[in-house]
Amino acid sequence: MSKKKNGGLGDRIRKMSDTNLLLTITIIVFFVMYICAMVFQGAGFLKPQTFCNILNNNAALIISACGMSIVMITGGIDISVGGVAALVSMCCAVHLDYQNGNVFTAVLIALGIGLAFGVIQGLLVAYLDIQPFIVSLAGMFFARGMTTIVNTKPFNVAHEGFKAVKETRIRIPGLGSVNKKGVFVNAYVEIGVVVALLVVLIFFIVLRWTKQGRNFYAVGGSRQSALMLGINVKRTRFYSHLICSILAGIGGFVYFMHVGSGSASHAQGMEMNAIASSIIGGTMLTGGVGNVIGTLFGVLSLSTIQNIVTSAGFDKAWWTGITVAGMLCIFLVIQSVLMSWKKKAMSGGDDNL
Amino acid sequence: MTNTSKKQFQISDLFRSQLMIPVIAILILTIFNLIIGPSFFNIRLDHNNLGNAVLSGNLITILDNGSELAILAIGMTLVTAASGGQDISVGATIAIAGSAILKILCGSDPHPETMQAPIIAAFFVGVIAAMLCGAFNGILVAYFRIQPMVATLILFTAGRSIAAWINNNELPIIKDAEFGYFGGFIPGIAVPTPFLIAVVCVAIIFLVMKFTNLGLYTQSVGINENAARLIGLNPVLIKFLTFVILGVCVAVCGLIKVSRISSINYSVIAKDIEMDAILAVALGGNALSGGKFNMAASILGAYVIQYLTTTLYRMKVPADALPAYKAVVVIVLVVLSAPTVREFFSKMGRKTRSSRREAA
Repeated sequence: MSKKKNGGLGDRIRKMSDTNLLLTITIIVFFVMYICAMVFQGAGFLKPQTFCNILNNNAALIISACGMSIVMITGGIDISVGGVAALVSMCCAVHLDYQNGNVFTAVLIALGIGLAFGVIQGLLVAYLDIQPFIVSLAGMFFARGMTTIVNTKPFNVAHEGFKAVKETRIRIPGLGSVNKKGVFVNAYVEIGVVVALLVVLIFFIVLRWTKQGRNFYAVGGSRQSALMLGINVKRTRFYSHLICSILAGIGGFVYFMHVGSGSASHAQGMEMNAIASSIIGGTMLTGGVGNVIGTLFGVLSLSTIQNIVTSAGFDKAWWTGITVAGMLCIFLVIQSVLMSWKKKAMSGGDDNL
Repeated sequence: MTNTSKKQFQISDLFRSQLMIPVIAILILTIFNLIIGPSFFNIRLDHNNLGNAVLSGNLITILDNGSELAILAIGMTLVTAASGGQDISVGATIAIAGSAILKILCGSDPHPETMQAPIIAAFFVGVIAAMLCGAFNGILVAYFRIQPMVATLILFTAGRSIAAWINNNELPIIKDAEFGYFGGFIPGIAVPTPFLIAVVCVAIIFLVMKFTNLGLYTQSVGINENAARLIGLNPVLIKFLTFVILGVCVAVCGLIKVSRISSINYSVIAKDIEMDAILAVALGGNALSGGKFNMAASILGAYVIQYLTTTLYRMKVPADALPAYKAVVVIVLVVLSAPTVREFFSKMGRKTRSSRREAA
């Protein structure tokens, strides 16, 4: 609010890069929304555990959405992440339960599946120049189909070692709430959340400060200019798809750790949620703009609004879908209006990234 | 000499033609089915449970079930050509249109003995609903300049919820046999009605393309929006229009879909049809980034998908595993049609031609 009185706001916005501008909007909206929820709905949202649960439930989505953001920044798209996650969870479940494997090899399987999808999709997209949408659509079909071929029936994993990992809870010191018995209980997060936050941190650094990371932006912004700058466009696009699929594999394993079962219907619609959170987080599908921190906040905003809707008493199932869509709509329109306004304000000045 | 060179020119021409991919796919599938056993192509004249004489057989199934996809492919081709993006909300919009149609037909009671309104009125409402959805997408894409896939993501997320909300999450059931005609057979006509509807739609769109400039304008907007504006076209209006046309196609599909089961299942109806529709456009060799398009190739592409599905069912592939095989076929097709690979083929063609010329 105080910013608005400041006459230099327009100036400051103009100087901001698109990525930072959209990131700022997302973070502000998330905090405003969460504070509103705290004020108006109180009880549940005041508990730190509610926030931790949002993280616990969405760790897999955060990881997949990070990969999605990188592909989108490079100007592509990957809709196979949900399918890959389902395939990973089913393969790991079968490996652990029917083959008596151990958790370590299960992780390797997850990474291997992600790597395989990434290499094939990346090669097809980057070197054969096929549209990423079609390639990853086929990837999604293939992953979903393979999941049922691996095992038709959904089942819960009873593997001891895996259960121990699944049930590991990391208590956060100092944060927590008093339960009904009057005992102070620390809020906890699952291992998946730590993995997710690590992924966000690593890719934030990669995108911001490494040569390869900047290449993603350059290729997404303008493939032609990137080529003229001497960037290996094909390799960059290949890497973006490779990273996305590997992250989808890791995301699949984290999802598997959260639900503890294998099923062909797992992670249904995850790809669309990942795209939606990336967009809310300020990544643009046209490429060249975006940030994984924004994506993290995109996921959090998306699930916060879902939590608000359910706890506000709109228990009918359709309200979640409608509110998420409404929020997406508002964000898109804001982005679009802001971008065109900014372009006008710069009036032909050079676009900085 | 002249004779052979002419022939070779035709072959390399065929490789560049858009119709090549769907036609070759059909040929491959046909040969494959002939090898497995020609009984696949039998067509019988049976009597259905209403006592009507109807045609049955795998080919009829393909024509019947592929029709929705073909109708959708019409609208999707236009949207793809004009906006350079795809509408992924068609499945959800079909649910909305179908739900609206059933709501009008049922009135206040979800299980009425007779229909409460004429079908044409219900269909009209369905068209309006789907056109509104199309208009919503169109405004976001054309006016707010949001990428089509993202803009339609909104209705993709909300559509099925809205559809459930229209009917208050009840499952309306229409008992009249008359309503089932659109997804089944009209008494006295042995050809499945969806195919007839698809033929009518295709005929209409070809007449429109022949007598109006819709196709030309759509392509020019898709190829270069700024250039289109400079020569006096209104890109915003044309993009908007393609989305509304897709809305009409969606409403027709919605009518067929709800008529098939005389009811609706909000979460399952037309599931994943958007992916198949986009696939139909891509199989037709149309660039998904917009620009030039070939309507006939898209429609053929839609039937190729159904042909593939029916063939796979014949091979006793379980329904859940179907996508995996479909994906392999899709990948093979797109790799064959990839620019780099095509270049390679036409280069090979040129090489053999020139080497032969040298030999001569």
